[in-house]
Amino acid sequence: MLKKRIIPCLDMKGGRVVKGVCFESLRDAGDPVESAALYDRMGADELCFLDIGASVENRGTLFEIVEKTASRVFLPLTVGGGIRSVDEIRRALNSGADKVSLNSAALLNPGLLTEGALRFGSQCIVLAVDVKREGSSWRVYSHGGTRPTPRDAIEWIVEGVRAGAGEILLTSMDRDGTGEGYDLDLIRTVSRSVDVPLIASGGAGSKEDFLSVFEAGADAALAASLFHFGTVDLRDLRRTLFERGAPVRPPFDLLKEPFP
Amino acid sequence: MGRPRSVVIDYGMGNIHSVSKALEAVGHEVATADTPEQWEAFDPTHLVLPGVGAFGEGISRLEKAGWAPILRKWIADDRPFLGICLGMQLLFGESHEFGTHRGLEIFPGAVVPFDPTKGKVPQIGWNEVRRCATHPLWDGLPEAPDLYFVHSYRVQTSNGAIVLGETDYQGTYPSFVGRSRVAAMQFHPEKSQRAGLRFLKNFGAL
Repeated sequence: MLKKRIIPCLDMKGGRVVKGVCFESLRDAGDPVESAALYDRMGADELCFLDIGASVENRGTLFEIVEKTASRVFLPLTVGGGIRSVDEIRRALNSGADKVSLNSAALLNPGLLTEGALRFGSQCIVLAVDVKREGSSWRVYSHGGTRPTPRDAIEWIVEGVRAGAGEILLTSMDRDGTGEGYDLDLIRTVSRSVDVPLIASGGAGSKEDFLSVFEAGADAALAASLFHFGTVDLRDLRRTLFERGAPVRPPFDLLKEPFP
Repeated sequence: MGRPRSVVIDYGMGNIHSVSKALEAVGHEVATADTPEQWEAFDPTHLVLPGVGAFGEGISRLEKAGWAPILRKWIADDRPFLGICLGMQLLFGESHEFGTHRGLEIFPGAVVPFDPTKGKVPQIGWNEVRRCATHPLWDGLPEAPDLYFVHSYRVQTSNGAIVLGETDYQGTYPSFVGRSRVAAMQFHPEKSQRAGLRFLKNFGAL
């Protein structure tokens, strides 16, 4: 059976993890490679690097970090934040990323999804969408959630999949950072509208939130500060989900086991 | 026996960095080669064909760079070979991804798409690979380890004897095949943490 995935996200700016990962064995909370290695051993199913600075001059730094991470963390990596061209997608993949997430660049030019999918396969093209609720629908925002667009979330996601996206990373801006739980209504609606995998993001505050979002139809659940601040321990989360019958990989703790 | 000297074939189909690093992590000496000349200079004991992306593009790049006859001979000589993801699919007879393409025809069978009306496509994530035959690559692994998959097409074969492991997604399909020292896997061992690395380590001992 295909398992539901737990994905810690490392938000980065200038090559450092924003907020920082709090864990007693981690000497440098801002080091993305060390943080990724720790999450790998604690039981992540996949990792996401998001460059929220997204400045062009930092792009090289981002790819270097991906390369260093992929040299010692043997786990799927998704990279996003400011990637604008097929050449940048290629560089990210060559650095060791398995998937690239596109957000503002895809809104500006949906053809980028198609070009990327034709060249590298849609399995590595993730469409990241930031949305805010307006009445009974959701509006898409661009540029890290700072600019409203005229687009409706469901329409844009359907169009993005048709253009070539192989997965959706969907963030509820209403819930992001609140710890009030994922927007289940949103997840249900999007999950019914497309036939590609869906990663839910924004709002995770407890272990129960993961159970509910998987039941609502998400194939994967992403969280950042929840894990960084130690509110929820990844090992403990996996154990709880597994014991409560959620379709996740069984508990393991590589911190206690020899490599490989 | 010395360290395995493995060549990872770089034919422009995706990420070879992760495969190389994972092989190194379990004791392989690794070189990447984008031409057969580079391959000869390294004198490998093991050959790895990775790859993600479209079948037609993959096979035409292999043919163009002159890899196809080398691979056929290497495999016919039963030297240690590992195909990963697209590198597995290319070993089969044909594919219907964007038109019909002939593969390397090492194994009988075809590459067919998952059906988006029966479940989400691509299959992305961890799924079990159930052992259905003994093979040295299975050494030290559980009966049904979880491994990482990301693909929209799968193989089907009429030759059950080559199926070493199978996976359930829209029905049961072969996710790990091989005979003797030639093996191929649909999942990504280089992205499958401990279990994946164990396969790569076992491959080095072939």
